[in-house]
Amino acid sequence: MAGTELTSAEYIKHHLTNLTFGNHPEHGWMLAHSAQEATEMGFWAIHVDTVLWSIGLATFFSFYFLKAAQKATAGVPTGLQNFVELLVDFVNDSVRGSFSGRNDLVAPLALTIFCWVFLMNLMDLVPVDLVPWLFSLAGVHYMKIVPTTDPNTTFALALGVFALIIFYSIRIKGVGGFVGELTGMPFQTDNMLLKPFTTLVNLVLEGVNLLAKPISLSLRLFGNMYAGEMIFILIALMYGGGWLIGIFGGALQFVWAVFHILVITLQAFIFMTLTIVYLDMAHAEHH
Amino acid sequence: MNINLTLIAQLVSFAVFVWFTMKFVWPPLVRAMDERKAKIADGLAAAERGAHEQELAQERAKKVLLEAKQQAAEIKANAEKQAVMIVEEAKGKAQEEGARQLAAAKAEIEQESNKAREQLRSKVAELALAGAEKILRKEIDADAHKDIVEAVANQI
Repeated sequence: MAGTELTSAEYIKHHLTNLTFGNHPEHGWMLAHSAQEATEMGFWAIHVDTVLWSIGLATFFSFYFLKAAQKATAGVPTGLQNFVELLVDFVNDSVRGSFSGRNDLVAPLALTIFCWVFLMNLMDLVPVDLVPWLFSLAGVHYMKIVPTTDPNTTFALALGVFALIIFYSIRIKGVGGFVGELTGMPFQTDNMLLKPFTTLVNLVLEGVNLLAKPISLSLRLFGNMYAGEMIFILIALMYGGGWLIGIFGGALQFVWAVFHILVITLQAFIFMTLTIVYLDMAHAEHH
Repeated sequence: MNINLTLIAQLVSFAVFVWFTMKFVWPPLVRAMDERKAKIADGLAAAERGAHEQELAQERAKKVLLEAKQQAAEIKANAEKQAVMIVEEAKGKAQEEGARQLAAAKAEIEQESNKAREQLRSKVAELALAGAEKILRKEIDADAHKDIVEAVANQI
């Protein structure tokens, strides 16, 4: 139990610190020994735990799916293929329901987002102290195993989607069409004197609307997962408070974990659905 | 909780995994599923066609059976008619034959009776002659009464 020789605040802070490798202004390239050092590294640092866990999970499902895809036949599906087809069908239905254009990227993108985000969220259900404790035995002192509680991950996903929104907006409607969409709505006028004014107002409104997409997408996922993780950590603190509170904490953890199964699935689904909807909006012509 | 190089790393891995899924995972799975869908649709259509064909065949069989029954009935009726005809014919023939035989028998009887009468006549003449001879031998001379005797014989 890491909490025994730490105060509660230190325990929480310890749990919320990533394993960071970066360029420290005084000590050069190294693993940060504290949250303080990690902050001092600035932009040129990388969260080793976040990157490795997320890539590990993505590799896991990619090759799992690849195996199913290679063996996929039109005959009676079995075990693995059945499960994968269930997911593919589910994603396909979502895409067909919300996406009216024709784009071969959207469905695989949605599948990747759903599976990846779900698996990253799923790490939240692993008891908060288990993996860090195992790594501490190996001499690694910081280990945050839920990549979606790292804003870097959620912002990376959202920015990827945002880039696609911009790309397809411009590709479908042209630069003029995209700019027109940003400046020509919702206020329209033929009066030459009023035109600069409405254009400015429209640009502000639509600009906020556009920027709100990636920000809300990433912050929603991050906020939900961060809060969930925080509650798990707070519950874990109870294990240090005697056996009675410990048992109560155990029950709480179970209840919260059951509830969290819903949250992690829902968040993965919301992220996927919003991605589809945003890309559909990027493809749609406004009149 | 710092935004740093991790963002770029995650962005790159996101792109790579999306590309991987789009390139290697999605197409074969969707192709297999579409193929299966088509196969199932074909199978259902074939089943429906089969059921329809079976219905037709059943109807055809019923028709053939009915025809066969009709034919059998016709044949039976014909046979009965023929049998009756044959019996009638046989009856007619038998009657004819009977009549013919009867006529032949009658003719024969006639002939025989004529013959018998003829014989009887000659015998009677002889007898009469013999009797007369016996009587006359005593009373008449054959030569003297020759004319009478002959006349008598001729009358018989």
